[in-house]
Amino acid sequence: MAPLLDVDSLAVTLPGPRGPLPILHDVSLTVDEGELVGIAGESGCGKSLTAQTLLGLLPPGATVTGSARFAGTDLLGLDNRGWRRVRGGGIAMVFQDSTAALHPMLTIGRQLTEHMRVHLRMDRRAANRRAVELLDQVRIPDPERAMRAYPHQFSGGMRQRAAIAIALAARPRLLIADEPTTALDVTVQAGILALLDRLRAETGLAVAFITHDLGVLSALTTRGYIFYAGRVVETGPTGALLTAPTHPYTAALLGARPHGTQAVGTLRPIPGGPPAPGEAPPGCPFQPRCGYAQPSCGTAPPPLAPAGADRSVACVVRPHLEVATR
Amino acid sequence: MTMIAPDPVAPDPKVERALTRRRWLGRLRGGQTGRPIWRQPIAVAALVILGGWLLLALFAPLIAPYDPLAQSPEAYAPPSATHWFGTDSLGRDILSRVIHGARLSIPLALAIVSLALLVGGLLGLIAGYLGRFVDEALMRLTDLVFAFPQIILAMAVTAAFGPNTRNAVLALVIVSWPVYARVIRSAVLSMRGDDYLSAARLLGVGPVRALRRDVLPNSIGPAIVLATLELGNAVLLLAALSFLGLGPRPPAAEWGSMVALGSQDLSMWWVSVFPGLAILTVVMAFNVLGDALRDRLDPRYAKGR
Amino acid sequence: MTDLLRITDVEVEYRFRGRGRVRAVAGVSLDVAPGQIVGLVGESGCGKSSLARAAVGLTAPSAGEVRYAGRPVTPLGWRRRPGAEIGLQMVFQNPYASLNPRRTIGAQLLDGVAETVTGAARRDRVGELLDRVGMPAAAADRYPHQFSGGQRQRLAIARALAPQPKMIIADEPVTALDASSQAQVVNLLVGLVRDLDMGMLFISHDLALVHEIADVTAVMYLGRIVETAPTRELWRDPRHPYTRALIDAVPQIGPTPRLPGTLAGEVPDPANAPTGCRFRPRCPHAFAPCGDQPPTLQLGGRSAACWLNDPTVAPAAVPAH
Repeated sequence: MAPLLDVDSLAVTLPGPRGPLPILHDVSLTVDEGELVGIAGESGCGKSLTAQTLLGLLPPGATVTGSARFAGTDLLGLDNRGWRRVRGGGIAMVFQDSTAALHPMLTIGRQLTEHMRVHLRMDRRAANRRAVELLDQVRIPDPERAMRAYPHQFSGGMRQRAAIAIALAARPRLLIADEPTTALDVTVQAGILALLDRLRAETGLAVAFITHDLGVLSALTTRGYIFYAGRVVETGPTGALLTAPTHPYTAALLGARPHGTQAVGTLRPIPGGPPAPGEAPPGCPFQPRCGYAQPSCGTAPPPLAPAGADRSVACVVRPHLEVATR
Repeated sequence: MTMIAPDPVAPDPKVERALTRRRWLGRLRGGQTGRPIWRQPIAVAALVILGGWLLLALFAPLIAPYDPLAQSPEAYAPPSATHWFGTDSLGRDILSRVIHGARLSIPLALAIVSLALLVGGLLGLIAGYLGRFVDEALMRLTDLVFAFPQIILAMAVTAAFGPNTRNAVLALVIVSWPVYARVIRSAVLSMRGDDYLSAARLLGVGPVRALRRDVLPNSIGPAIVLATLELGNAVLLLAALSFLGLGPRPPAAEWGSMVALGSQDLSMWWVSVFPGLAILTVVMAFNVLGDALRDRLDPRYAKGR
Repeated sequence: MTDLLRITDVEVEYRFRGRGRVRAVAGVSLDVAPGQIVGLVGESGCGKSSLARAAVGLTAPSAGEVRYAGRPVTPLGWRRRPGAEIGLQMVFQNPYASLNPRRTIGAQLLDGVAETVTGAARRDRVGELLDRVGMPAAAADRYPHQFSGGQRQRLAIARALAPQPKMIIADEPVTALDASSQAQVVNLLVGLVRDLDMGMLFISHDLALVHEIADVTAVMYLGRIVETAPTRELWRDPRHPYTRALIDAVPQIGPTPRLPGTLAGEVPDPANAPTGCRFRPRCPHAFAPCGDQPPTLQLGGRSAACWLNDPTVAPAAVPAH
């Protein structure tokens, strides 16, 4: 069976003040029907831009090469009407900042039903009924009352639930969630993660979850992609990826996060910072910060090559990596 | 090695944003949001006009063809080759008087605005920083001043003190300081809770030093823009006062009183039109410049990109 | 007592027009000893930042007392801060707001260098401070915008170190930073506390991070501390249902996806805090006595404010702790 979303060799270049800036290089990823896929990396690694590309939200002047197919449709060849159709029922998105994603002056009910009434041509009563169902589905207590509430009357967690309900209004098959829990407290985050997992189980929704938190990646997703400087550096089943990483960057990210061994100095910072777009070294982008780098790393960016069961890694050295995880 | 960063660090979007927000002086060069001032034709024209007036004021005795106070029998001579702008009722050369008038209007406007900025700025700083009843009292005082039309209040003050140049300036300072106090106060209020101010105070920096080093430099920007805009207003108010006979005493060549002189008989149009044009050009130039400065320094007011 | 910082029954109230008074901190006691890192964890709105500001003197507590080195901390007003309190310093959350954008780093560090240090020694002291936080001496002549977030936070730490403090309150010092800078700044802070024998109150919403570095952890919920214990014990054997919920909610890395545990309900508005135990409406173990405010029970070297720990009232089948 073909995957629901199939991105192949995607490259995106954005216009910059001093000429075009290559942001994404040779990104390939797939999401199956009803699958929870994670995309992780530090800020500026291109994970959000990937999402924008898949929703046709790139800024003007961007050039895109490669291919991206969603349920048989070639996304990159779409015109405005085509994009509206995809966004209106195929791919939906939730963002990190739910405050910015919701209109502050309209009730939750209005924001939920508007789409259904305009695009799905439902009458008011049917739209309201469906909206209440959706609010109930995302576990907002007392949905009838919530319909009449304004976003500012909700807590951060509730607003994010409402934003998810709105995203689900058009019955999308793929939900792209861009750091939806980063601004939330852990207990609230736990609720949102459980919600996404339940939606997948109950409705067959596929979710592409973008995060910088490897803990979230592991807790929620079954397959993961690690991004670095606009490239996929490692991919595979999330559990294996994070308990036995094969790319030094994945291992370094794991070392820099707290994992509860309680001894001072167990946080191992990654020296330096990621390269700015357009300033990546000629070889492997991680090479300047990598403890295992060899002269051969400096010649060309290593391709993503198979490394064991369902896994790929973009590293030519493939060192033996010690990873301390709980 | 003089590298500042021990590690190569990617340009952080937050840093970039802070950079554009904070370095407002750098915005004069255009920043990322617009054209530099010298690429805006109107702003350039304003600069040229002001520069011209400044030169005229500076070298008035060398440029003016006649003594501005010298009377001659040729009263009300229309513009001609000998008197380009004509003469007034006492036969004084209007061109020379307009040129010499710049020596009065421009420095006085600068004096009014700087004194008002100083007084208003200081009071605003104190009100914003101290808050509570000091703030309350000062702000009610500004309300009191705002409640009167500027020119009426200025007239009352000058009339009470006696009409002369010094009192006119004083009166205009009294009517114009509150706006600076308000602007500085709100800037101080918005940054009173800022972490860097708290951090400095925690280190034991005294209140006066904190005001001078941490508060003032971060709140003065908007007040400077306002002052530039107000320069034109000061020229206008001063001219209005002297038009009403409450400014510099005759026979001083002051634009406002010159306009007044000519307004008695408008068939001798040149008597008031030329000093009037002088006022117009200076006021417009200051306003345009102030607008351009504000667009640069305060992106909230910037017109569509 | 040898405690460097002693917070006793501190309450912080804010007054809002139309909403009356809100007690953000509703009676908190907490001690920090020299060389000790005390972690204070809690979710947004629990009052931890209000407590931090009251502890350092930026906000006046409406009740209770803060003592630093045995001396009451005076709330910062118009007057200059008393010299005896300058050893109590704070590192702020947002390194983009905590440095004055218009002054050089060097000038800002010098604000904190004692006036007894004069002449060339002042300049040397700035160099030393920068060196301590791993920044080159040349940074002194630069402005804050020339540095990245992580570097700025290191510079802010250098500034806090300038008056040679004995106690540092760090309010979410790494929340605004990227993963790799987070680790750098945390390691720096911990190293400084150990090297200079300072006390540190490390405030964070990140339980895993606090677990990594704190000697003692206090858990705050809705204006009160619900549990305090040596960090390892707290993590291994939480005695308050909220602590347990917080630990369970931290996503863990494992071979198979395992969703973090969820907690019912929402944090109530502090203006309408529940009567009795404030966690009662969300607590899975709530029982009759919870209508009364639970006492903070001492349990060996730790304490928890939960009736389940009181054998005289707890039901026989106490949930497995």
